Amino acid sequence: MGSGKGSGKGGADARYTGFMSLPTLAVVPGELDLQALVREVAASRPGDGAIASFVGLVRDHNQGRRVSFLDYEAYEPLAVRTLGRIVDEARQAWPDTRVGLHHRTGRIEIGEASVIIVAASPHRANAFAACRYAIERVKQIVPIWKHEHFEGGDVWLEGATADPDDESARQTAYRIACA
Amino acid sequence: MRVTVRLFARLRDLAGSGELVRNVDEPATVQTVWRALVAETPALGDYERTMSVAVNADYSRMSASVSDGDEVAFLPPVSGG
Repeated sequence: MGSGKGSGKGGADARYTGFMSLPTLAVVPGELDLQALVREVAASRPGDGAIASFVGLVRDHNQGRRVSFLDYEAYEPLAVRTLGRIVDEARQAWPDTRVGLHHRTGRIEIGEASVIIVAASPHRANAFAACRYAIERVKQIVPIWKHEHFEGGDVWLEGATADPDDESARQTAYRIACA
Repeated sequence: MRVTVRLFARLRDLAGSGELVRNVDEPATVQTVWRALVAETPALGDYERTMSVAVNADYSRMSASVSDGDEVAFLPPVSGG
């Protein structure tokens, strides 16, 4: 991804440098654009009745620490591939949904978006479910890491052991999505 | 044969580099490459039970065979989102 140094579409999408057009899946160092992703996902099937979106922001506190900023690292080719897997899984669970997913890398300040997810469907129930499922799976299996810089130090955050074939983790995400 | 090793997050910090090139004897598995790394940097060994591995940017297993020119990645527990 990001290899084509095209002129881009300009305007709001210009921050995604290197893309000829806005992809629905991306792991990028620049600021994320929710409106652009909503437009892109919505355009793939006009006439649907619902779009649900999720925006993950850098929080100012974590486990009792006052967070200064986060620095995200990704294994980019595998991260993009894994986002694609999550979209495929969501489509299997809710066949009428389409999901777009962008994750930012590098230094991100408090209050800025680190991840945006857009799920479209004919009806709201599946849009909400697919959106929730996608963020749960991001946290389980996408090879991205937070390096937390807080007042007094820094630490690599380590969450889930990534195993896309772990069916119990997938079921957990599905249950949360349908709760 | 020659393999490229990719390390991320704390594994990268521990090893002092995110990309290493290593020669390993054939036949080799991901486990062979990992053992060579731990011999160089014993602190990495703590991650053996919690990390994931990838070969050529696709999730894989420690028992998977590795070929000349492959990129083998070791991934600590993830924390995206």
